[in-house]
Amino acid sequence: MNVDSIPLQAFLIVSSILFCIGIWGLLNSRNAVRVLMSIELMLNAVNLNLMAFSSYIDNNLIQGQVFAIFVITVAAAEAAVGLAILLSLYRNRVTVDMESFNLLKW
Amino acid sequence: MSIAVTTQLICFSILSLIIIVGSLGVVLLESIVYSAFLLGGVFMSVAGLYLLLNASFVAAAQVLVYVGAINVLILFAIMLVNKKEDLKPIKYLNSRKLISSTICITLLSLLVRVDLTDTWIIADPKLSIGEESTIRLGEHLFSDYLLPFEVASVLLLMAMIGAIVLARRDVLSEDISTGLPVDQELIEKSDKPLLTQKK
Repeated sequence: MNVDSIPLQAFLIVSSILFCIGIWGLLNSRNAVRVLMSIELMLNAVNLNLMAFSSYIDNNLIQGQVFAIFVITVAAAEAAVGLAILLSLYRNRVTVDMESFNLLKW
Repeated sequence: MSIAVTTQLICFSILSLIIIVGSLGVVLLESIVYSAFLLGGVFMSVAGLYLLLNASFVAAAQVLVYVGAINVLILFAIMLVNKKEDLKPIKYLNSRKLISSTICITLLSLLVRVDLTDTWIIADPKLSIGEESTIRLGEHLFSDYLLPFEVASVLLLMAMIGAIVLARRDVLSEDISTGLPVDQELIEKSDKPLLTQKK
């Protein structure tokens, strides 16, 4: 790949923006499904970072791609368990409003 | 990847525009269904960026796992919990939004500053493995990353069993007190929670 083409910083900035949008959504969403979507956005930002470093800095051994594969695996497991927790929460509380899940609030 | 620099730049600009606008839509749109479909678009664009970075296998895995599995799972969850409800107003909502936006913008400026000011040691592009990356990835997964690879399979099994246990409904085929058959519909009833005792 011709490294002169797209600077590494461009990929890093896109992934930073994606990560910050994910954090904003995580902090501000009232809907629990949207919180899970924001977590997926943040995981994608991390993956994009790993892939960019793997392609520009470690372009022979590409260990970043292996890391990204593992992150995708863990994200799949997290989504499955998170949505199952969401379903059982919905059965108990009959709502997906994050503000009503305050059982552990002191 | 052996495409011209200008083409790469155009592809990168379009894909990153889709990613940023789409993710803003995911967190800001009112309808959760639109958010879920936009999330699929964001995942596809990230896969496109992976292709630009010479990672065809990870791009395919991204499309299969994120778009094919996680996004569909999210859509099913939306269908199962899709109840129109009026969110009750909470105190200090505006100041909460203001504080969290400040935190996010500060973090973003910090990250962008690190991205731009740090000197990254770019490797020699002649060493690049290029489009052979899938072969190298397979070598990694079956030699030095073999243990994490096997542990990942155990993790997936545990997640599967855990999801089944958490999402299972303990519904009996007949009511204990009356002996009448209980209707086991897949669709949640909007008016009553399922785990309450049937009297």
